[in-house]
Amino acid sequence: MRFDDPWYDALASGWGESDGTGGPVPVVADALEGRGGGAADVYLEVQRSAAFQEVRSRYRRFVIPGVAVFLSWYVGYVVLATTAPGLMARPVAGAVNVAMLAGLGQFLTTFLFTWAYARHARLRRDRAALDLRWDTQELTRGVRGGER
Amino acid sequence: MTVDHQTLALLLFSAFVAVTLGITTWVSRNRHGSAEEFYAGGRLFSPMENGFAIAGDYMSAASFLGISGLIALFGYDGLLYSVGFLVAWLVVLFLVAELVRNCGRFTLADVVASRMSERPVRIAVGTSSVAVSVLYLVAQMVGAGTLVALLLGGEGEAAQAWTVIGVGALMVVYVSLGGMRATTWIQIVKAVLLMGGAIALTVLVLVRFHGDFDQLLRTAAERSGRGEAFLAPGLKYGGDWIASFDFISLGLALVLGTAGLPHILSRFYTVPTARAARRSVVWSIGLIGGFYLMTIVLGFGAAAIVGPEAVRASNAAGNTAVPLLALDLGGGAGSAGGTVLFAIVAAIAFATILAVVAGITLASSASVAHDLYASLRRRRSKPRSEVAVARTAAVGIGVVAIALGLLARDLNVAFLVGLAFAVAASANLPVLLYSLFWHGFTTRGAVWSVYGGLVPSLVLVLMSPVVSGSADSLFPGVDFQYFPLQNPGLVSIPLGFLAGWLGTVTSAEPADEAKHAETEVRSLTGAGAV
Repeated sequence: MRFDDPWYDALASGWGESDGTGGPVPVVADALEGRGGGAADVYLEVQRSAAFQEVRSRYRRFVIPGVAVFLSWYVGYVVLATTAPGLMARPVAGAVNVAMLAGLGQFLTTFLFTWAYARHARLRRDRAALDLRWDTQELTRGVRGGER
Repeated sequence: MTVDHQTLALLLFSAFVAVTLGITTWVSRNRHGSAEEFYAGGRLFSPMENGFAIAGDYMSAASFLGISGLIALFGYDGLLYSVGFLVAWLVVLFLVAELVRNCGRFTLADVVASRMSERPVRIAVGTSSVAVSVLYLVAQMVGAGTLVALLLGGEGEAAQAWTVIGVGALMVVYVSLGGMRATTWIQIVKAVLLMGGAIALTVLVLVRFHGDFDQLLRTAAERSGRGEAFLAPGLKYGGDWIASFDFISLGLALVLGTAGLPHILSRFYTVPTARAARRSVVWSIGLIGGFYLMTIVLGFGAAAIVGPEAVRASNAAGNTAVPLLALDLGGGAGSAGGTVLFAIVAAIAFATILAVVAGITLASSASVAHDLYASLRRRRSKPRSEVAVARTAAVGIGVVAIALGLLARDLNVAFLVGLAFAVAASANLPVLLYSLFWHGFTTRGAVWSVYGGLVPSLVLVLMSPVVSGSADSLFPGVDFQYFPLQNPGLVSIPLGFLAGWLGTVTSAEPADEAKHAETEVRSLTGAGAV
């Protein structure tokens, strides 16, 4: 038997495949039998905690402006390429024109955004997220143990 | 093409098939058929391995042959494709990769269904995943058939048909025997081959022009007969406002579609953590970006060395530009160097198609078995092993793809790929983003959002000039064309988002606060991730 945690894919229950390497361990599920809303309360509690709100706002403060900037830069580039061919054809140096620079600029900014995102996540989020992960898992385990 | 080319290319290709079949047998020894193993390859690939596999999964023959061919024929306008295909990865990196790794188990539907009433959501998302995969699969099969006809000189219909059947049979063998583990290794081998081939050709082109990129551009512009216009946008997508909107529509579909492709999303489950998923995307962005930069050199190189006229004479869509360039760089037709290079490029193109096709088949068989079969047959039939169902599904999808591939033989490959991206961006992306980021999203919103993107995108294609109403249409004889654009993205992507919002605000039941909290906490911290 499993409890109705959607993450543990209730559909697969009884199919005899949960013995895979990384799959959910049956012992945990047994401990949860007949449990009320304990684990759900844990997630609500973690969601309201200051530590989690900090991780979430760090993620959002980086990602929302980032997506806004690169999407508008890309859409602007596509729209300009189809509506202002004259501007795009203006030569800059030798055979290289504005369009070529803008296209190569898209490649360059993509690499830069990738680097910035990976760096931000590594330095500003990973540690805090990992701590929260263990704390949350401890809490859900505690709920399960207490009700047994 | 001479007999030498064909023999050598066939030999190299057989070697690739032998090696990949060897890999399949090797990795599937001593494996019990657990779902974890079959769908996710045990989740223990390293970020670098997964990065190469993602690149191998993503860079199809349409990229290798198609984009450089478009650049060779139309100059700058071909480059617009590669920019879209690359920038799309920022959407994946920023919004999708880590969160999906943390929340899901095997498929896209896992992420959405965890917050919602499971059955309707799984059926909706599973259906759209299979639809996207089949469209993409047909594009690759058609590409394989065309490629054989072009490269091996078998212009006959029979050679094309047998290639489609052969590719289909091979992919079913890879997927049903080896699962995700074999598919991943095939994609890694293919990515290494593809990058190696592209680097070799790029170096040869640059050596020919003494490392002078400016000189390369000038020569290309001169030989094209269009002069400066060859280096600026407008040769293919210039003209009236319909062409402009069509191009903007394609651009949107390319940049938003990648994050909704089921076979790309399922790759994130093959690494142990969200951090590893992020690092694999960084690897793949490096590889894919480097590859598209090289296709620019190859495309303009083909225009400068081979010339657009010769390319067009060989294949009107430009698909043979790179093989012809290889022939010329190796010393010309009849020379030993030319023969070898040409055969290598042809073999790499085959390898590319096989690897992409295997990845898509695996993802769609997962959707069928894990989402559709599990939801639809749960109560009535006696429990069967999910992996057995997935293996059967792989065979079934193979048969469907072979049949559709034979039917759609004359359709343009680039169009089919663009269509698959448009459907993915309209049906899969809105529901994925809403369920990750919107606390008020409900079951009805999820279902509406999927069908509200899927149905319009397919209907708009049916009413587009691609299907009827013009000389190049699929059915030139009839006219039910009511929609002017070839790519539906500009209309259907906003409709998908709108339908999801509308479904949510009109639903009677409120969103489940606790389940949203769980999704949010899990997606950002990785708590309880499998």
